Amino acid sequence: MQRYFFCATLITSMLSSLIASAFAQASLADPAVLAAQKQRIDVIKAVSPSVVAIFGGAGEGGGSGVLVTSDGYALTNFHVVAGAGNFMKCGLNDGKLYDAVIVSIDPTGDVALIKLLGRTDFPAAKLGNSDTVQVGDWAYAMGNPFLLATDFQPTITYGIVSGIHRYQYPAGTFLEYTDCIQVDSSINPGNSGGPLFNAQGELIGINGRGSFEKRGRVNSGAGYAISINQIKHFWDHLKSGRIVDHAALGATVSTGLNSTIDVAEILEDSDAFRKGLRLGDEIVSFAGRPIRSVNQFKNILGIYPAGWTIPLVYRRDEQKTTIYVRLQALHRASELQEQAGQKEIHPEQAPQPGDEKPPQIPNPHAKQAAAPPPEKYKHLYVPKTGFANYYFNQQQQDRLLQALNDSGNFSDRKGTWTLTGKQMDGGDFTLTLADKGIGFEIGNEVFLQSLETGIILDEPPGTGGFLAALHHFRLLLSGQAERFTDFYYLGSELLDGKNELVDVLVATQTGTISRWYFNKADLSLRGFDFYLTENSEVCSVRFEQFQTLNGQKFPGELDILYGNRSVMKLKIERVKLETLENTKK
Amino acid sequence: MIQINKVKHVFVCLCLLGSVLTLPQATQASSQSTIKYALPRLVKIFGAGGVKNLYGYSTGFLVSPEGHIATIWSPVLDTDRLSVVLHDGRKFEAEVLGAEPHLDLAIIKLKSERELNLPYFDYHDKVIAGPGTRILGFSNMFRVATGDEPVSVLHGVIEARTDLPRRRGAFELSYAGDVYVVDAITNNPGAAGGAILTYEGKLLGMIGKQVRNAKTNTWVNYSLPIDVLSKSIEQIITGKFESSEDQKKPDAQAPERYRPVDFGLVMVPDVLYRTPAFIDSVLPDSLVAKAGLQPDDLVVFVNDELIKSCKTLRAELGKLEAGDLLRLVVRRDNQLVSIELQVPPEK
Repeated sequence: MQRYFFCATLITSMLSSLIASAFAQASLADPAVLAAQKQRIDVIKAVSPSVVAIFGGAGEGGGSGVLVTSDGYALTNFHVVAGAGNFMKCGLNDGKLYDAVIVSIDPTGDVALIKLLGRTDFPAAKLGNSDTVQVGDWAYAMGNPFLLATDFQPTITYGIVSGIHRYQYPAGTFLEYTDCIQVDSSINPGNSGGPLFNAQGELIGINGRGSFEKRGRVNSGAGYAISINQIKHFWDHLKSGRIVDHAALGATVSTGLNSTIDVAEILEDSDAFRKGLRLGDEIVSFAGRPIRSVNQFKNILGIYPAGWTIPLVYRRDEQKTTIYVRLQALHRASELQEQAGQKEIHPEQAPQPGDEKPPQIPNPHAKQAAAPPPEKYKHLYVPKTGFANYYFNQQQQDRLLQALNDSGNFSDRKGTWTLTGKQMDGGDFTLTLADKGIGFEIGNEVFLQSLETGIILDEPPGTGGFLAALHHFRLLLSGQAERFTDFYYLGSELLDGKNELVDVLVATQTGTISRWYFNKADLSLRGFDFYLTENSEVCSVRFEQFQTLNGQKFPGELDILYGNRSVMKLKIERVKLETLENTKK
Repeated sequence: MIQINKVKHVFVCLCLLGSVLTLPQATQASSQSTIKYALPRLVKIFGAGGVKNLYGYSTGFLVSPEGHIATIWSPVLDTDRLSVVLHDGRKFEAEVLGAEPHLDLAIIKLKSERELNLPYFDYHDKVIAGPGTRILGFSNMFRVATGDEPVSVLHGVIEARTDLPRRRGAFELSYAGDVYVVDAITNNPGAAGGAILTYEGKLLGMIGKQVRNAKTNTWVNYSLPIDVLSKSIEQIITGKFESSEDQKKPDAQAPERYRPVDFGLVMVPDVLYRTPAFIDSVLPDSLVAKAGLQPDDLVVFVNDELIKSCKTLRAELGKLEAGDLLRLVVRRDNQLVSIELQVPPEK
C-alpha cells in the first residue's frame, strides 16, 4: 500500500514537473527569469497599496508618500508638505482620494509625518532594516513622478543600491541628508517623499533627493533616500506634532595626522566637554560605529534626534574612554519655526555650496495652499508656536498623564507634601515640598529652595538643583501640569542612552527644565532629569521601588545622580500628602 | 530497478526545481561578488579644476599592483598636485606617466617608496561584449564618495558597440573608434575614467566623458572598450609608448611620405582646429618656387582634393608616391593659379 502511495506521489510530481517545463518551453524563457519576474510582480502587488500620492489641500502641487501604520500615519518629505497647507489630499491605488492632516515635520532631515483620515485599516508598508542594505541590492522606488498617475497607481522604477552610508551636504542651511541610501532607480520630481523598497518589499527609505546637473532636473543616475533606520529613531518624535530638531555634539571633528578623526573644536558648556572630551582627542567610535572619516561622523550625528544620549569612545595617550553624551539641539527654536512655514520656503532655490549642486527634488507646480480645512476634520489641527500640529502633542500628553493617573492619582493632593525616611548610609531625612519652597533636613544640615524669590539654585550644592527638581515632581504628580510654563510630549529615547526605550514629557518653569521618562512597554514612570538651565549639568532622579498608599503607587526610593555620578539614595518611609484645604489651615 | 529509475527521475526533477528556485539569488550573488571585487580596484582622483563647470575630480582604475592607474585624459590631470584616494581611504600623490589623447587615455602612477601590491584589473584580458550584455558601472560621479567611501555603482545593459558620429554639431569627441553605448547614466560629472564590468566581473571598458549632441540636446553614455585601450596601456606602463600626438600626424593610420617642406613649401603655423592652408614662404630654388608659387597663396586643391586646412594639406601630400604628378591649385588675389610638378623620390 505504501509503495502504491509512493508511486502515485512519484507520478504526480513527475507530471507536475513535466507540465511546468512545458509551460517554461512554451514561453521560451529561462525559468529563473520567469521566477524573478513573478517575484517582482508579487512584491509590487503587495506594496503598491501603501504608496500615497500627495496633493495640496486645493489639489495643487504634489509629491509622494508611504503609509506605515494601519491607522493612517504616512511618511513623506518635509519639502513636499512645505507649502501644501495643514490639510492635504492623498490618493491611494484603490483610486480613492483621502483627506490627510499634517502631524510633524523634521526640516533638517527632510521628513514629515502626515495622517490619512477616514479609515482604520489602511494598507501599511512593512519597515525593513536599512543597516542590512548592501551595494548591489535591488531597490524599487515608487511614487508619482511628474504627477503622471491620475488614477493614483504608483509609478515603479527599479534599480540597484549604488552606495550606502552616503553623506549629502546641506542644501542651504537645512535639509542635510546623512547616512542615506544612493540608488540608480530613477528618482524624478514628484518622487519626493515616496518609498524605497528592497527586493522583499520592505520599506528601507524615503526618496527625496537626486544629484542633478546640466542635464536638467531629471534623474541623472544618482538618487538619495533617507534611511528608514534614521526615521525609526525619530518615529515617536514625529508623532509628537512638533517641529523636530536634529542634534549637535557641541564639538566638531577634523581629519588629523595619521588619518585619525580628532576633536577640532569643543564648546565648554557642552555635555561632551563635561563628560571629559577635550580638544585633540581621537574619536574612535560613535553610537557603536567606528569612525574613520568626518563624513562618517556627520552621518551618525545626523540620524539621532536632539536630546538623545549616545555612547562615544575617544582615545587620549593610548587610553580609550567610553562616555555617554547627551546631544544638544542643532538649531535654535526660532530658526526651526522660520523653516516650518511661518514664512514661505523655497528649499529648491536655496543656494548650493560647492560646484555639485545637490538639491532635493523640487515640488512641481508648487503653490501656496489656501484651501479651507475639511469641516469634518477641522478639530484635528491645533496651531501653536513650535509645533506643526499641537493636536497630536495633546493626544500624547493625555495618553501619558492618563497612565500616570492610573498608577497613582494624587490630583486631590495639591497641598504641602512631607516625605521622611532614611538615606542609604543611615541618616534620617525630611523633605518638605510646598508652593512657597522646598526644604530638606538631613542629619544636622538644612537646605532650602525658595520658590518666591524666583532665583533657582543648585541646592543641595553639587546635585544640579535637586530641591528645585522636586518642585516639578510635586506639580506633575499632583496633576498641576498646567502650572508649568511649557509642557509637551517630546518623543522617545533610550533611557540614559543604554536602557529601555522611554516616552519623554518635558516641563519647563522659570528657565528650569525637567524631562520625564515613561517605560514604553508598561508606561510606568522610571524617573526624571532636571536642568537648572538648558546647558547645565543634569540632576537625575530615578525611581527604584514603588510603595502603595491608599491603593495609589508612590516612589519608594529616589536615586539621585549628578552628571552620571551617584550623589545619594533616599529611602522614603513615610509620606504625608496634604490637600489644598489642609495646607491652608 | 524501475523503482530506482523513477527515484532517480524524481531526484533529477527536484534538482532542476531547486536550481530554478535558487537561480535568481545566484544572479544577485554574482553581481554582488563582482561589486566586492571591483570596488577596491577603483580610485578617486582629485586634481586641477573646481571652477564652474570644470570638475576637479575624476575616477580611475588600477591596472597594476605597483599603482598604475588608467583614467581619462582630462584637465583634471593638469596639475603638480594630483592626488589619488584608494577605496580604503589611503591617499597618494600621483604623476602622469603618459597619455594617448586620441584614446582619451592617461596612465598615472602612485608615488610610493614602498612596494604597494594593490588589487588591479587585468587589462590584457581583452573581453568584448555585445548588445544586451548586462553591465555594472563604477565611478565617483558627482564626487559622492570621499575618504574611504566606495565609489557609486550603476547597473545597465550594453545597447550597442558602435562609433559615435563625431563631428561638430553632433558629438564633439577627439576619439574616433568604437565605443560601448549603455543604458545606465554612467557619464556624469567626475565619472570619466571609471570602469564598466560584466556581471561576471570582466573589465569591458573605461567610462568616457560627458558628451552632448548639440542638435538633439541628448547625452550619450559611452565607454571606451578595453580591447582598444589595452595596447596603449601596456605601452605606457612599459615605457615603449610614443604618442600619436607627439608625432603630429593628422591621422594615426595615414602615411606620411612627403611633407610640404619636401616641395619647398613653408606653411603658416597650424594653430587652429582648421588653419587655412596659406603659404608662409617658399624655399628658394625649390620645386614650387620654380613652378611660380608665392607667399600668401592659399592652397585650395591638391590633385582635385579640396584642401580645408593645413592638416588636410599634410595628409594629401603625405599620400603621394614618387613619380606621381602633383597638381596644385592656389588662390592668389581672387584668381586661381594652377601648377603641376613631378613628385621627387623619397628622401
